[in-house]
Amino acid sequence: MSEIKINEREIVVPGEIIATGLDYLPAGFVFREGDNLISSRLGLVSINGRFIKVVPLTGDYIPKRGDLIIGKVVDIGINGWRIDMGWSCEANLSLKDATSEFIEKGSDLTKYFDYGDYIMAEIYNVIGSKLIDLTMKGPGLRKLGPGRVIHVNSAKVPRVIGKQGSMISMIKDATGCRISVGQNGTVWISGTEPEKELTAIKAIEKIEAESHIQGLTDRVKEFLEKNK
Amino acid sequence: MAYDKRFDGRKFDELRPIEAKVGVVKNATGSASFRIGKTWAYAAVYGPREMYPKFKQDPEKGILRCNYNMLAFSGSGDRVRPGTSRRSKEISMVTEKALLPVLDLSAFPGAVIDVFIELIQTDSGTRCAGICAAAMALADAGIPMKDIVSSIAVGVIDGKIAVDVNKEEEDYEDGMADIATAMTTRNGKVTLLQIDGFAKKDELKKALEAAHKACEKIKVIQIKALKDKYKVNAK
Repeated sequence: MSEIKINEREIVVPGEIIATGLDYLPAGFVFREGDNLISSRLGLVSINGRFIKVVPLTGDYIPKRGDLIIGKVVDIGINGWRIDMGWSCEANLSLKDATSEFIEKGSDLTKYFDYGDYIMAEIYNVIGSKLIDLTMKGPGLRKLGPGRVIHVNSAKVPRVIGKQGSMISMIKDATGCRISVGQNGTVWISGTEPEKELTAIKAIEKIEAESHIQGLTDRVKEFLEKNK
Repeated sequence: MAYDKRFDGRKFDELRPIEAKVGVVKNATGSASFRIGKTWAYAAVYGPREMYPKFKQDPEKGILRCNYNMLAFSGSGDRVRPGTSRRSKEISMVTEKALLPVLDLSAFPGAVIDVFIELIQTDSGTRCAGICAAAMALADAGIPMKDIVSSIAVGVIDGKIAVDVNKEEEDYEDGMADIATAMTTRNGKVTLLQIDGFAKKDELKKALEAAHKACEKIKVIQIKALKDKYKVNAK
């Protein structure tokens, strides 16, 4: 006797029973206790066939292999850089993954990335959520120039980007800013005029605050037209 | 003199009015406030972030670090001396132990989760209000949890079970037993049980039953507060 107690796209809190019975299987942030499937995070229920998962609404970014992130250089060691990307431990960017140039032994690494620089990098390996390796080899991976950096909740990043980048390109077109969004929730914005940059920031903040309510694209469009 | 009527006229199983709110501290990863009668607790969660000094790190799982603090002006007139005391250290420790059984910190090796509980106004049941607020703040911070912990203090006064005692009852002249409890209501597991005073075995059993019923009521309010955070944004 399987039964879904909470419908799709409804908010659940930790410890809330989403479904009973053995016909359903737990996926992300859902666990089984006896017959019950229980949520372990605050989020929205998502049901896909037999699988039930919770899409978190809050919480820090959890590093995943293949994610593009924006991080800040916080330390330089003998064989690479340490990057802070908002996770509880820093990621490692080793010399061989940082650049295709030949780096001579004993050369000054600040030439490539200095302390406090923001970079866009890809996570290529995660070992037990403690050791994270980054790479700079890939399209679009680069050191980010002058601009503004803001942080949004990483759970909201898919909404900031939109379907096939629709949302972010709408903001780019309206404000003329260059915007890069990292999966970890760090957003880099660089525009010709400060006012335009601020409009872009406000639009992104609006998306973050209202992402779970339907009709978001229209509201953001309206907001951008009003603030042109 | 038998204790037939409660000082503030409540029924014996009636709670003081409760108000809960989530997301009260914008800078924190997660935060909540919990007010029960005149007791008012704020909790803010920071992290998971890297644990320093490094030798305190646990390479297998994260660490929970709670800090309970009563503000100087929070009492009923006398200034509470700021900083840690023997009492606040103990309450920080029991809060930690009341919350840990529901948390799953295996995803955060080498990290620490800081929970700061500040009491801006106190009228008994501070550790219970602190635990209720901290549980909501942890859920708001997105830490994986098995259940939400609810907490209440139950008093045994002249053989009567009084749920949610206030300061006046705690200072009852003929003596009373103050039983602070915290539990996960889904499967009724007790995570905190402290007794101040003396209670008979059957009184304790009755008190725990009353506490379970009260915790179920509190949990409804906690869940509503967590869900309301996302409904308010809709307007």
